[in-house]
Amino acid sequence: MHRSLKELYFSMLRIRMIEQRIADLYSEQEMRCPVHLSIGQEAIAVGVCEHLDDKDIVMSAHRAHAHYLAKGGNLKSMIAELYGKSTGCAMGKGGSMHLVDLNAGFFAAVPIVGSTIPIAVGVAWAFKLKKSRNIVAVFLGDGSTEQGVFFESLDFASLKNIPILFVCENNYYSVYSQLDVRQAPNRKISNLAESHGIKSFTGDGNNIDQTSKIAKEAIDYIKENNAPAFIELETFRTLEHCGPFDDDSLGYRNKGELQKWLNRDPLASCEAKLIKINKLSEIDITEIKKIINTEIDDAFKFAKESPFPDLDLLNQHIYKN
Amino acid sequence: MRELTYGNAILEATDFCLGDDQSVIVVGLGVPDPKGVFGTTLGLQEKYGDQRVMDMPLAENGMTGIITGSSLNGMRPVLVHQRVEFALLTMEQIVNQAAKWFYMNAGQQNVPIVIRMIIGRGWGQGAQHSQSLESWFAHIPGLKVVMPSSPYDAKGLLISSIEDNNPVIFLEHRWLHNMVENVPLEGYRVPIGKANIVREGSDITIIAHSYMVVESIKVADVLKTKGISVEVLDLRSIRPLDKETILNSVKKTHRLLVVDNGWTFCGVSAEIISVVTENIFDELGSAPQRVGLNDSPSPSTRALASGFYPTTKSIAKKVCEILNYKVDLDGLFPKCNSSEDVPSPHYFSGPF
Repeated sequence: MHRSLKELYFSMLRIRMIEQRIADLYSEQEMRCPVHLSIGQEAIAVGVCEHLDDKDIVMSAHRAHAHYLAKGGNLKSMIAELYGKSTGCAMGKGGSMHLVDLNAGFFAAVPIVGSTIPIAVGVAWAFKLKKSRNIVAVFLGDGSTEQGVFFESLDFASLKNIPILFVCENNYYSVYSQLDVRQAPNRKISNLAESHGIKSFTGDGNNIDQTSKIAKEAIDYIKENNAPAFIELETFRTLEHCGPFDDDSLGYRNKGELQKWLNRDPLASCEAKLIKINKLSEIDITEIKKIINTEIDDAFKFAKESPFPDLDLLNQHIYKN
Repeated sequence: MRELTYGNAILEATDFCLGDDQSVIVVGLGVPDPKGVFGTTLGLQEKYGDQRVMDMPLAENGMTGIITGSSLNGMRPVLVHQRVEFALLTMEQIVNQAAKWFYMNAGQQNVPIVIRMIIGRGWGQGAQHSQSLESWFAHIPGLKVVMPSSPYDAKGLLISSIEDNNPVIFLEHRWLHNMVENVPLEGYRVPIGKANIVREGSDITIIAHSYMVVESIKVADVLKTKGISVEVLDLRSIRPLDKETILNSVKKTHRLLVVDNGWTFCGVSAEIISVVTENIFDELGSAPQRVGLNDSPSPSTRALASGFYPTTKSIAKKVCEILNYKVDLDGLFPKCNSSEDVPSPHYFSGPF
């Protein structure tokens, strides 16, 4: 591990607080794009990105905020993008589902489930063709493992020994559809990768110690063997699929399931552990929250005060000369 | 200059680009096999190695994403499909991802890829091996769609396509592969988005693309003997569409027939006639007309194929109707038993 557990905790806390602020302000109807919040899933983003170099690439899908932020994506550009402003990371053309920060190595997120996977394999393949030592990490959900391109990507990555880390965040739901109406009971996602000859790892996605440890093992494996690796981590999104609210009252989840997962919240459990071993105090938490809140205040102020793009941007960037 | 087939012109253009730019790679089912995609990729793997010229899994959609990803990280891939229909498995990656990438990230990353697709026809290939779907691709902002009709244009347009910074759909008609023409040995470029007047005339403009240019030229040459002056405009690119050359030609002849390589319903011909009527309605001496594929799937048997494709005779008949000329077309266009089934019995004897 590069950083201490306390520092990883701070990273998770920062992501949580940013997304909580988005949720709090969403009802103002100024962030007029769909948002898929990662609240409850932060330990995977932070644990994986901890072991990537600056020049390694991350790609993601619709629920991408945590990945973007964990990879070091610019906060002001992200919030401005959600507000549709010209200072956004895609000048307002992308919105929450198309985040990009090339300086941070966050190449793209796209909301067609599964579609980023082959693109990420292609980016990683180019690293190999160029004899670069960098790798790509692609975040994907349990739903994407039902798509054809998932299997096509596993096959090609294994066939060509491509340096890519597949990170499956299994949160057991695709929108309101539970895993058991979509996948056979004896179908284990990580086994699908194994059956393509890809080294696979599994673990608790809500435990930052574990996600970081597994990610390190997998990334070391990729670099030592010049081959892909696959991680399946179980986790849970605690808010609605799309939007800022708790939607447990809709009744699509099993009774008590949300509470069970809230009891395993990655941030709270990490915090409790740090306090127990005297690495974190209430004063530390108050202090860091103050610093993060200032950063968030600045980012939202920046976004709100930024201009909208001019209408002539509409016809720019269709073709590159 | 020496004579070269259209297929070899494709091969030469690909060879030129592979030699010119280390980032060019060629990927496709059968690319390095003994037939080399109708000869268009023969010998390239031997020359450039299996890291740059390669076969692929039967995973068209995934591979389209993979080549797109490689283009974001420095590569210039050419993906080859032996039939257009195989690319239908890849519409998600082409339409949602490759076409929109540059726009979605506001110009930070572009997708310089070429996807070659071959349009089949004849020898009973039927409904799933002989469609001409250029209007599907041309509908999408962010894609370029080119359809060369001659060996010279095939080489020059493929080089332009590979050097282009955007996703280019490169549609080749299987019946053009054996067409022969003088082609320069060196690399040269034919610009994307420029139509070409291949026959000058004054009575009527025929606008065509891909293989239908060949048929339209035959019609123009035969009707010339009867004193009918037909201008033939080869679109060469569907998107961007060369509106200026189209409008200038129709302003000159005042009459228009569009010979569509695909179906006319929502087809390329629909777009061209819209462009003409929107812009120069007053210049038209008569209503624009079009011919294209019969509004049905493509049948296998040659007995039905004769009614499916436009022929020189059906094109000429339409020209004469528009011009109100009475000409004995049976004498000018004698029935050829093989004409709807194979491009020429001299060099094409099946199976595909």
